[in-house]
Amino acid sequence: MISIVDYEGGNLFSVVKAFEFLGAEPRIITQPKDYDGGKIVIPGVGEFGDAMRALNERHFQDFIHKVAADGVKILGVCAGAQILFERSEESAAVAGLSFFENKVRRFSPGGKIPHMGWNTLEICRRNALLKSIKSGEYVYFAHSFYVPADDLDFEIAHCEHTNRFTAIVNDRNIFGVQFHPEKSQKTGMQILRNFIDL
Amino acid sequence: MLAKRIIPCLDVTGGRVVKGVNFIDLIDAGDPVEQAQFYDEEGADELVFLDITASSDGREILVDMVRRVAERIHLPFTVGGGIRSVEDMRQLLRSGADKISINTAAVENPTLISAGAKAFGSQCVVVAIDAKRKDKSWDTYTHGGRRSADMDAIEWAKKAVELGAGELLITSMDCDGTQSGFDNNLLARISEETSVPVIASGGAGTVQHFIDAVETGKADAVLAASLFHFRKLTIEEIKKEFLKNGIPIRIPA
Repeated sequence: MISIVDYEGGNLFSVVKAFEFLGAEPRIITQPKDYDGGKIVIPGVGEFGDAMRALNERHFQDFIHKVAADGVKILGVCAGAQILFERSEESAAVAGLSFFENKVRRFSPGGKIPHMGWNTLEICRRNALLKSIKSGEYVYFAHSFYVPADDLDFEIAHCEHTNRFTAIVNDRNIFGVQFHPEKSQKTGMQILRNFIDL
Repeated sequence: MLAKRIIPCLDVTGGRVVKGVNFIDLIDAGDPVEQAQFYDEEGADELVFLDITASSDGREILVDMVRRVAERIHLPFTVGGGIRSVEDMRQLLRSGADKISINTAAVENPTLISAGAKAFGSQCVVVAIDAKRKDKSWDTYTHGGRRSADMDAIEWAKKAVELGAGELLITSMDCDGTQSGFDNNLLARISEETSVPVIASGGAGTVQHFIDAVETGKADAVLAASLFHFRKLTIEEIKKEFLKNGIPIRIPA
């Protein structure tokens, strides 16, 4: 079973439908007490600070830390992956969920911002989330903030736009993807299938 | 490396496609899901649905259409036409659209751009500009190209980006329908003077036009409608030529 956290997010519907398409039984949870076991997906919403505030209003922050400590597998998508980090330049005063150390930064001028469209994955560590996926496969990105590629242990795949940044992170049971697997056609579906199969 | 995007545009009204792919064995050519699936299989990087009724009467029908497409297609898509409020945007985004395109509403009420960007992020807000050459510059048109807004198109593009537009969809009214190439001067000016991705629209006729739009026009994505619908050119053909010319493009897995 997959529980999808609803905190007034943007593209919740597509994430739900992608999991249904794959034969999983996604379930939307709007408060911690809706949770009935299984994996958790945190989809993306607009701003880092707004996302954290919305999560807190619904008492999700403590809940997520608790289930994470119990070993529940969690996947953050796009902005939902960014809030797994400590802080963001987008909302400097707001602390993130801090599963991963590093700060989310704004793309510097020079390239087009947002980084929008299909870009290639550069796999740097083999990972169960990347079963049947090869370096060079395209996935769909739409974001203005990124986590720099710093060769830290949790960085699984990178991507490049103006500079190198992390596309996939994983530490134990916590996973984050900067792109939108639910909009990344076959490659994206394979990654979601891999998450279901973990 | 970030790939250039090829985007077919589908006109819809009452939740049905009225300008979509022709001459093939679709069971129901008006079905947006079938149309989307066709272009998905052909290698489209993204889709644009333009509601030509552009009134709020049919909003529920449009929302339902967006839902049906998002249920079946795992490809990003933009919805435009008659979207006038943050609430309209929210409804469509929550139903599975990735981006909302606004044109007349943005000219009449520029704060809609900033409000949309604040609520959903810039990456969800596309500002569409219909531009028509006027002496040495370009004028902005609204209401489906019927009314001049008396605003310089390049200045408007810059302002829209300042307000939070995450992408610009630039249609040259002079080139639209001519199949004689994009207005690459207009595209290059806008691409150089703003920081967001630019989608070229209006004038596609040959593969070379697509190449010119990204090389000379510096566009990040290229949109076409009739050319694809009437099978004058396929997305596959364009992508092959892009590869030959060393232009980064996604060949579907």
